[in-house]
Formats: sequence, C-alpha cells, structure tokens
Amino acid sequence: MQVTSSVREPLVTGGKTYHDVTHDVSRQVEGKPTLLWFLAFLTAAGTLAIGLIAVTATVWEGIGMWGLNKTVGWAWDITNFVWWVGIGHAGTLISAVLLLFRQKWRTSINRAAEAMTIFAVICAAMFPVLHMGRPWLGAYWALPLPNTFGSLWVNFNSPLLWDVFAISTYFSVSLVFWYIGLIPDFATIRDRATGLRKVIYGALSFGWDGAAKTWMRYESVSLILAGLATPLVLSVHTIVSFDFATSVIPGWHTTIFPPYFVAGAIFSGFAMVLTLMIITRKVFKLEDYITMTHIELMNIVIIITGSIVGIAYITEFFIAWYSGVEAEQYAFINRATGPYWWAYWSMMTCNVISPQLFWVKKIRTSIIATFALSIVVNIGMWFERFVIIVTSLHRDYLPSSWAMFYPSITDVGVYLFTFGLFFTLFFLFAKFFPVINMAEVKSVLKSTSAKVRK
Amino acid sequence: MKENKKTYWKGLEQLSNDPEFVKHADKEFAELPSSLSEDGSASRRDFLKLMGFSLAAASLAACEAPVRKAIPYVNKPVDVNPSIPNYYASTFSSGGDYASIVVKTREGRPIKIDGNELSPINKGKVNAIVEGSVLSLYDKQRLTGPYIAGEKSDWATIDSQVKSKLASAGSVKIVSNTILSPSTLKAIQQLSDAVGGVEVIQYDPISNYGISKAAETYYGTAGIPSYSFDKAKTIVSFGADFLGTWISPIEFAGAYAKTRKISKEKPEMSRHYQFESNLSLTGANADYRTPIKASQSGLAVLALYNALAKKAGATTVSAPAVEIAHLEKAANDLWAAKSAGLVVSGSNDPNVQVVINAINELLGANGTTVDFTNPVHFRKGDDTRMNQFVNELKGGQVGAVIFYNCNPVYDFARGAEVAEGIAKAKVSIATNGTMDETASLVQMVAPDHHFLESWNDFEPKKGHFSLAQPTISPLFDTRQAQDSFLTWAGSTTNYYDFLQLNWESEIFTQVETGSAFQEFWDRSLFNGVVAIASEASAPAAPVGDVSAAAANVAKAYKADNAGAELVLYTKVGIGSGAFANVPWLQEMSDPITKATWDNYLTVSQKWASENGVTMNEGQTSKASISVNGKSLVVPILIQPGQAEGTFGLALGYGRTKAGRVANGVGVNAYELLDASQGFVNFDITSGVEVSATGESYNIARTQTHQTFMGRENVIQEATLAEYKNDAGAGRYHPEIYKDGEFVKPSKISLWSGHQYSQHHWGLAIDMNSCIGCSACSVACQVENNVAVVGKQEVLNRREMAWIRIDRYYSSDAPADDLRGMEVASENPEVTFQPMMCQQCNNAPCETVCPVAATTHSSEGLNQMTYNRCIGTRYCANNCPYKVRRFNWFKYHDNKDFPANVAQNDDLGKMVLNPDVTVRARGVMEKCSMCVQRIQAGKLAAKREKRKIQDGEINVACAVACPTDALVFGDMNDANSKVSQLLKIKENTTSALKEVNEERAYHVLEEINVSPNVWYFTKIRNKDKNEA
Repeated sequence: MQVTSSVREPLVTGGKTYHDVTHDVSRQVEGKPTLLWFLAFLTAAGTLAIGLIAVTATVWEGIGMWGLNKTVGWAWDITNFVWWVGIGHAGTLISAVLLLFRQKWRTSINRAAEAMTIFAVICAAMFPVLHMGRPWLGAYWALPLPNTFGSLWVNFNSPLLWDVFAISTYFSVSLVFWYIGLIPDFATIRDRATGLRKVIYGALSFGWDGAAKTWMRYESVSLILAGLATPLVLSVHTIVSFDFATSVIPGWHTTIFPPYFVAGAIFSGFAMVLTLMIITRKVFKLEDYITMTHIELMNIVIIITGSIVGIAYITEFFIAWYSGVEAEQYAFINRATGPYWWAYWSMMTCNVISPQLFWVKKIRTSIIATFALSIVVNIGMWFERFVIIVTSLHRDYLPSSWAMFYPSITDVGVYLFTFGLFFTLFFLFAKFFPVINMAEVKSVLKSTSAKVRK
Repeated sequence: MKENKKTYWKGLEQLSNDPEFVKHADKEFAELPSSLSEDGSASRRDFLKLMGFSLAAASLAACEAPVRKAIPYVNKPVDVNPSIPNYYASTFSSGGDYASIVVKTREGRPIKIDGNELSPINKGKVNAIVEGSVLSLYDKQRLTGPYIAGEKSDWATIDSQVKSKLASAGSVKIVSNTILSPSTLKAIQQLSDAVGGVEVIQYDPISNYGISKAAETYYGTAGIPSYSFDKAKTIVSFGADFLGTWISPIEFAGAYAKTRKISKEKPEMSRHYQFESNLSLTGANADYRTPIKASQSGLAVLALYNALAKKAGATTVSAPAVEIAHLEKAANDLWAAKSAGLVVSGSNDPNVQVVINAINELLGANGTTVDFTNPVHFRKGDDTRMNQFVNELKGGQVGAVIFYNCNPVYDFARGAEVAEGIAKAKVSIATNGTMDETASLVQMVAPDHHFLESWNDFEPKKGHFSLAQPTISPLFDTRQAQDSFLTWAGSTTNYYDFLQLNWESEIFTQVETGSAFQEFWDRSLFNGVVAIASEASAPAAPVGDVSAAAANVAKAYKADNAGAELVLYTKVGIGSGAFANVPWLQEMSDPITKATWDNYLTVSQKWASENGVTMNEGQTSKASISVNGKSLVVPILIQPGQAEGTFGLALGYGRTKAGRVANGVGVNAYELLDASQGFVNFDITSGVEVSATGESYNIARTQTHQTFMGRENVIQEATLAEYKNDAGAGRYHPEIYKDGEFVKPSKISLWSGHQYSQHHWGLAIDMNSCIGCSACSVACQVENNVAVVGKQEVLNRREMAWIRIDRYYSSDAPADDLRGMEVASENPEVTFQPMMCQQCNNAPCETVCPVAATTHSSEGLNQMTYNRCIGTRYCANNCPYKVRRFNWFKYHDNKDFPANVAQNDDLGKMVLNPDVTVRARGVMEKCSMCVQRIQAGKLAAKREKRKIQDGEINVACAVACPTDALVFGDMNDANSKVSQLLKIKENTTSALKEVNEERAYHVLEEINVSPNVWYFTKIRNKDKNEA
C-alpha cells in the first residue's frame, strides 16, 4: 500500500467514526420514507406512467407515432439511446478505473454512480428495442440464437449487432460489479435488522460472513471485475460511435468518433453523477461523506473531458475543410448555420463554453453553480447527439430528399418514460439500498496516521 | 417363387384368440391402459391429462396464423390458370384522352394496364392517368344498378319509362365528351331514328376547340391535325403542354423524345422553345423557355409570324410591338429548319390558332410536322354548340337530355347553369357510372359498364381503329350505355353483335384481307388495333386568310397588361378530374411542383416576396382569388418560372361527388373558365384579383428542396455544342489520392467484389429523354402494391414511392453562396432525375442490417426480405440515395388510411398484384427491380429450355415510360440493349463493368457504392450555359 502523507486532507470530514458511517448510511434504509422521498418517488412514477402511454402508442400503432420520416430515420430515439449510454459511463469509470488508479476519493460516490450507470443503461437499452418497427421479433432476432429459420444468422458486419454485444456485456459486468460491492453493506444492514427485513437483506447479502477469507475474495473479485470493466468503459461508447462512424453519411463517417464519444460519455456521466449526488447528499445529509473535494475533483474531470469534446468539435470542422469533400463540408456548415443552427449552438454553449467556468475555483467549489452546470452539460450532450444524428441525416447527399425533423408528442413521451424509469429506479435504490459504500468508506476514514475512534 | 405360408401374429393374444382381443381387433388403436373407475367416470389423473393436453393444443393452435381459405375452381375456366396472367388488348378513352392498352388480368381480375405496342399512336406507352385508371374499376363509388329519382330501380322499369318519356319529350339531346367510337355513334343514330331525332352535343373538359375552329377557318375543314414531333428540328410552343396534357401527350412525348436522344453517332437534337405563363412539364423540358403573360401570348405569336413573314418575303400583319426574349432567335432557328420546324399553341382562341396555321404554312411545315389531311379525333368538342345547349337547357327548350358518361355540371365552364337547367328538361338521364355531380341531378341514371367491362370500338385518328373488350364480367348490375341506347331505340340486338356487324360492314370491307370476317375480327381483337392503309394525300391548302385573325388577335391581346392574369391548366396526374377518385393519382407527386393531394395558386417568386408570402417545406398561406365576381380561397405555391403578373391554378380538383378519395380535395377551378367568347378560354387576362389572406395552410410536397446545390456528383449536364466537342462534356470525374497518384473511386474498395455468373441486371437512365411525366411512378405503384399514405403522411414526409422523379431547378447564386443556392432562379433550368434503388454492388444498406434482411443476390440485385426485417431503419439512414421506404404504420386493412383504397377495401383489394407481398407495418421496402418479373421471365425461359432474350423481362417503370428514358437489361449479355447503350465491351461476370459510354455516370460516384443504375448526362440544346 502507498504511504499516505499526514498532511493530506481527510476524505471524510466531520470526525466520523466507523459507527457513524454505518449509522449515517443505514438509517436511510431503516427509517420510514420521508415525505420528500414520497413526493419525489410519486413524481417519478407518475412520469413513468405518462411516458408509458407514449410507449404503448408506439408499440400499438407503429413508429409513425414519432416525428421520423423517409430522410430522418433516427432522431430522438437514438439521440436518447446514446445520451443514456453516455450517462451510464461514469459509474463504471469511477468504480473501476479509479479503483485501479487507487483514487480513494471515489469510495463515497461509487455506489450511487454505479447504480446510476445501471439505471441509465436500462433506459438506454429501451431505445434499440422500442425504435424497431417490429420489436416483438427484433428483440430476439437481433441475438445470435440458434433458430429454425434455416441457416439464418445475424449479420456480424452490422454495427448495430456490435452494439447488442457491447451494451449487454457492459450491462452485465456493471451489474455484477455493483452487486458484489453491495454484498458487505447488505450484510451490515442485515445484521442491524430484524424480522422480514432481516430475511430479505439476509438473502440479498448471499450469506456474507465477514471472515477474512471472504474479504480477501471480495477484494480479488472487485479487482478482477475492475480490470474487466475498464476496457468496457472505453469500448462501449467506441462501439456506439461505430453506428455512425462506419456509415457513409457525411457528418457520421468520421474516424474521430470513438475517442470523441468516449470523452463525451465521461463528460455527461460525471455531470449526471454530480446532479444526483448533490441532491442525495443534501436530502440524506451526507455532506461529510460527499465533500467539496469530491465535487471539485469531479468538476476538474468535467473541464478536461469538456475540453476534449470541444477540441473534437473543432477538429471535425477542420477535417471537413481539409478533406475537400463537398458533402462533408456542407454537412458541417449546415450544422452551424443551417436550419438546426440553434441545436448546434446550444451544444457548443453547453458543452464547450460553460464547463470552462470551472477554471474559476469559486465556481468549481460552489454547490449551486456545480448543480446548474451539471444540468447544462447534460442538456448540451443531448444536443450533441441530436446534432450528429438529425442534422447529418436531414441534409445528406441528394438535395431532393432533404427534409426537416419535427418531434411529435410521442417522441417527448417516450423520452419522459425513460426519465420516469430512471428516477423511479433511483429513488427505490436510494431508499432501499445503502447509497454509500460503507465498507469502502470505512477503509478511507483513516486517511492520516491518526487513530479513528470506534 | 416358393409360396409363402408364414403367418405373422400381432401378439400372443391373436394366436390364442383371446376373446378380449377379438372384441377390439377392428379398432386401429389399442385402448389406453384403462384407469377408468368402476362407474366409468374419468379419474382425476385422466382429467388433468386431458386438460393439460387440450390446453397445450389450444395454445399451440392459437400460435398459428389464421388459415385463410382459398377456394379452388370446381370447373376451371379454360383460359384462367391460377398464377398465370392473361393479357387482353383493349382501349382507354375518357374525355377525349385515348390510349390503346393491354390489360393484364390475374385469375380473372384486371390488375394492370400497359400500352399496346401495336398501336401506332401510343406505341406501347401510357401515362399516369391510364396506368391509374384500372383502380377506378374497383371504386366503391360505382353504381351497382340503375336509379330513378335517387332510388334504386331495375332495368325493366328504367327502359319502359325512358321509352315512353323519350317518345313524348320533344327535342332529345345527348351530351357527351368526344365520342371516338363509330359504332356508338351508329347506335345513337338508331335511337335517333326511333325517337325522331337526337342531337349529339360533344364538349371536352379540356377543350381544343380553337384548333378545330381555326382549321375550319383556314383550311376549310374543322379538325385537329396530326403532329409529328419526331420530324421536327425546331419546336416552338406557345403554352402548349404537349408532353404533359395537350391533345395526345403520350404520342407526342414519344415522338419528341426521339429528337432528344443523342449519341456520338447522332450528336443532333431538336431545339425547343417554350413561351408560357405557368411552368409546365413541357416548358421544363425546353431548351429556351421564356415566361410571358397570357395577355401577351397572341402578340408573341403575331411577332413570330411577322419575323418569319419578313424572311419569307410574305406580307406582314400589323401588330403591337412586344418585347419577348428568345423570340427572334426562335424565328431564326425556325427559318433554318423550314419544313422541319413546328409551331404549336395551347391557346383555345381560334384567331391565335389561325395565325399558328399561317406560321406553319410559312415554314412549309404543313404536310411534314403538321398534317391536316390526317386529322385526329381526340377532341371533337364544340364549345359553341355546348354554349348554345346550356342556353337552351336554361331556357327550358330541351325536352330530354341524356348525359352520356360526361359530367358537365362539374367540368364545363358553365357547370352551375347546367345544374340549374337540368331540372327544366322534361326528361333527364345519365349513363355515368357513379353518382357524380351531374348524375346526382338527373331523373334517371342508367349506369354504363366500366371501360374494362365493355365492348367498344374507337377511331382516334382517320383510318386508325381500335377495339375495347371486357376483361372481367360486370361487377355490378350495370349495362353498357350503347345497349341502353339500342334498347331504347327498340332494337333487340345487343351491342356486341351490333359492333361486330358494324365492323363487318364498315371496316372489314376496307381492309383487303381476303379472309373470313371471323378471322379478321379475332385478329383485330387480339391485336387491339387495325389500320386502314390510306394513300398519301397532298397537304391541305389554305383557303382562309390570316389578316382578319391577326387583326382580332392584335385587338384582343395587350403588350402591357398591368392587371393580374390567371392561367388555368391541367396537371399530368389529375387531368380533367375524371379519375380524381383514384388515390394513386392524387398521391402522384406533380412533376413540377412535387405537390400531392391539392391544387394551389402558383405565384411568381417576385409576387411572393412583394406580398410577404414564404414557403417553408409545405407550410404556406392562402390567397383569395376573384375572377369576374367569382371568388375562391386557395393555398399559394411559390413557383419559379411563373411569369410575373400571372397566376396558375389547376383544374380537376374540388370534386364534391367523386367519392371519398377526391371529395373536398382542392378547389374547383372550372367555374373560373370563361366561355363568353364562344370558346372555353383557359387564360383569364382581365378581372382577376389576387390577395394574400395570411391564413396558413400546408401543401404536401414530396420534395421541398428545389435546387441541386451545384452538386456535380448528382446532376451532370452540358450543352449540345460542348457535347459535340467532347462526348464527355459535363462529366464530373472524382478522383481519390492513393499511393502517390489519383485514382478512380472504384479502384479503392474494402470488398473483393461480387461475381455474377448468370445475369447482371442493370438500368440505364437517359436524363435527356426523361421528361418527368411520372408515368413510371404510378406504374410502379400499381405493379408493386405500393401503399397510398394520404395527405397527412405525405406532409410528414413519409410517401412510399419506390421510384420518384427528383426535379431540380438551377440557381443564380455563385457556388460558394450556400444559402443563395437554395433559392431557384426566377426562370430556372429544370432537370429531372428518376431515382430508385440503385442496386449497389457495394451496398451500404446491406452491411448495416443487424439481421441480414437486406442482402445481395447472385444477379446484382439488392434484395429486401420483408419477413426478416425488424425495422431498425439503419439501412434507410445509410442509403446515400434515400430510396428506402419504411412502413411507419400498418397501411393495409386499417381504417385510419381510407385513401389506401387498394389495400383497405374489399373491392379495391382486387387490384393488388398477387405476385407482390403487401408489406406489414414496421418493415422496410424499396425498389426490387421488379424481381417478380425477373423470376417469371427466368422461369418461362427455363421451362422452354432456352436463354432469356433481351427485352423479354422488363421492369414496370421502363415499360410505362413514354420516352424510353429507362432501359433495363442484363449487363452480362453483350447484345442486350443496356449493354449496347452503356458500351460495355467485355461482359465479364465481375460486378464492376467497364462502361465506355462517355455520358454514363453513377450518381455519387466518389463514395464507390457501385450502383447498377447508370445516368446519362443531360444535354441542353443551347448556345451557351445560361440559366
């Protein structure tokens, strides 16, 4: 283990003891739901219910319920898909990559970040299925299953199939990683609980006994999963970007997409983590665990990734000019000055200009500014995907087919549905699961050589 | 062989003859081990077993698709073989439009109309309306029997009433559109003889009375001449839309295209000048087009006459001066072409037509490009007589009126007066097939058969005859109108016998065959057409004088009319509106405006900017137009090329009693026509007021971006002079840098390339021949069961057309002004580019489909497997040509899409092509290059153990194309027409063919998707490049 300098700032403030940690986190699970939680949950569930109407309409009547047309075959559906997948990057990045880099500050936020990842990926996964013309068949025909259709197999050339593999792998690994991390904490809650709750958390904790051997196995599995998950963080969005990069459409056919998409994903993921954490720490009074240091560090990641994304935007323009390809040049000029200029400039403002405010320490360490900017960043990232997908498609090669895309109410409804789903799941998680990894936080309580009181 | 005496026992029980065994020996299945309880009731176990089995069986059965029963013939008709089509030669004729056709029937149902190749008039070609007319047979709107006073009746009642009433009615008039049928006229004559005089009054909704009248004035005989556009080197048209709607557009388009096809061997083409107010299909194809006001058109004709008269040394006429661009140039070209010049005018003003006759006379074109000695009969309508008739009708002087398949209440300029007058006639009868605007006002409706159910004959042109025969037995209790006439005349002969007798006496005698009549009849019926050879006669000699007409023209037209002018026109797809209830035609995108499901006021860009009217996609606003007191509110469409100060409005819309498809679509502009001068005037030059109302409206257009943004990889064009210099003029050759040199895009590929060992289907499209008429589009829709989605879905940009015609305007903006290039020129050059699946060899759609629903065939086709498609739409996104179409909704059997008649109502469904699947919702579809036709052709050749001959298989679009702009064939066959056109030297099995024709190019060559569709550069016969 590395030597820790005694002057290092403590990661958990307020002089918390091990017992305090257990108590502060577990009481949320054990106590009665607060009125605020109820209200929040009902809002989320209500949104989900309203969104479900749109989803039902789509499945019942057809994709025609959306605003798509002969020219723009994807719009909000794939925009939302990529957006949610992007958000789903932060959790695994925080838990796996930061674990490998021994960034101990991650311990307070990784649980919620991972949960967010999983819920975001669930939301994302809705779209590839919902956007199909015949989801009842597509949901399993897109998998390489043995079948009785003759030697009919999926098309391994198709980036959409790669998506299927990438997303499902990422989802499974993230889910397992998250759950393994939850086991010791479930055991803690089990040990404090009685009655039915004890049975449930007992089952959830898989018979965790806290033995040294068990802890050793836990550590090994975590490391192995972290090792497995790290390349996935990079691969998922790389592969998602292939959907566009391998096509022939100007504005899509771009080799810069994989790193650009990954940076963008981390950017939006961190922003979403911030949005949620700032609310959680306030509502659950966890200010001592999720400190200003956390927020500041994450804001720094946002500056870096935001700048990478900004450079990518500029590079695209340069390459379009440098390539000498007429259609490509037009696609980019059209982005900035065409009928969807407002989407482009929303993206530029939200993603490139606004994160630069974090260079100022005052803004970077302000809760309100961080909260506001975290939302701005996610708006910007949604527009980024919209710009890439819609403005590239709506005016491609043959001017005769140029068309506008206008979203329908159902488009909005389906997007709301995923919001409802996401927050419903997140509020359930926040209430019934320990939102902070107690076991890991306890390991960082002692960041100095000082003794931790029991 | 030794006798076999072995005995095999089923078991010991049989051997021992056990009584228990003997009792059940006759049962096939042994009893299940009995667990029945003593009282015979089932045990709990059995009950569960049975329940389980039934449940499983029921749920399994529920998984199966419902069984739809097909009933086989008990006694199969001799000539109806399931899945084998039969073809019958017949004739289409409506409102003076004519086409000799071949009707394809499947299992006794007519499903498609093609042109009759033996016809010297339409030469195997059709237009959109003829293609679409097959659906009118299955129109729910058709009457199912005779009606008296709006109540269903029967034929006996009708006949007895008509007979008694006609006898005492006094003057009997039959009102009709042009009657091309000599036998029908004869049948009417019998009626006339029986009731003591019947007058036939013919009028045409789209009248060409002016030409006929002018011929009477100038040559002494009324009639419309034959025009030979194929013999013309210089064509000047004053507002005549001869490629789209004028007199005989199918014939003219074919002839015109002959003069527009060029090759290195024949680098010559006609030069075409058009002077018009609205941008017509013909104007869009002209080399020089000058927008002029309708009020100037007569003066322009006079100016041309004077210019030519000066050259010819003839006396000029006095005419007000008028400044018209390109008119001088046209005169020079005409004079150089002399008898190979042709001047036509769309004006219905007899005076203008007299001057036109005089011009052609000056050129010596009478006898070469214009032939008055072989008149055509397409438009026999007499506006003067019709006007008189309306007066008589209004005045109550008409005893009985029979409307013979015509709808003057709707489509005559004085329709409202006709409607008012009908009640004043003692007897009013209509033979119309539907309860339309006229039929709904008469006392008795004796519905005629649909033309596909009828016998008839036609004489479209002097000496040319054609026959119509039923292709299906009558669907309803209708009766052929001629049979009605004969019955009312007291005759007992049916029309079929009457027709035969007439042919035996009239036509057979003129055709020297020496064979029996029956043989002649059978052959005529099989061929559909008969021509009587006539000796070439000397051209008609003028008997009239031009000066009187010229003086009238000079008086009637003005060089500087400040007021607004309205030019009423007909659309290629809707025509007079007779077939407006055919949804295919309503959804056919207009070749020029690309609009569907509407008529609208076309306004010039200048007027629009002055009045603050803008269009964004389909979003526009309305205008109120009033013409001499009558006013209408119509949507505005900004039309580049519209002459300043003029407005255009299409006829054929605003039907009120056509049926659920056409009712309420657009506004009826017929009432704005002016019949006050003795002829129906389509150019309203005075008393027109237009004002924008500001009320917003949406026009459903399939193409909303008008220019090609200067993209040379899409449109490649040159002038004739450039082409003569260099056959590759206008070609764009993209090159890609690789390993130190620039190479053709086709040299760089990730793919090893397909091999086509048998056939390699390809399509060559000549953009010089394509006139944009959209017959291909409708033909494809009929052939491939393409859904009609209705106006709202077109507005949502979801039309389903597999083949569309991209129409691009030129722009005046410089190449670096991207915004500017989006705006079309005031008077743009127009290019038409048919666009369908390019059947790419390196198809971008194929690689991206996750389930391999779209794959490459061994014959170069990109095939779409609907069953496998899950509808991700990735293929459509990745298609650079945007030709893939998605089934956003369930368009068939869905009451939300009532316009999709062919897939939504039981009668309409009879028109579906059984060889092509009706697509389910959620799947992608696109042009298949009529793969069902390819397969049928291959099977036919295989059965006869021979190779496929070129031309034997042809795609529906190419079959319909009146100008042969599309040529389909096997590129592996060195002798095929497509190989010859493309000059493919080595017909290897490789997917990459070495095409040596300089004009041939791939759209978007630089992305190397390697299409199997080639385009030929557009060549304009202009002196220099100018927009």
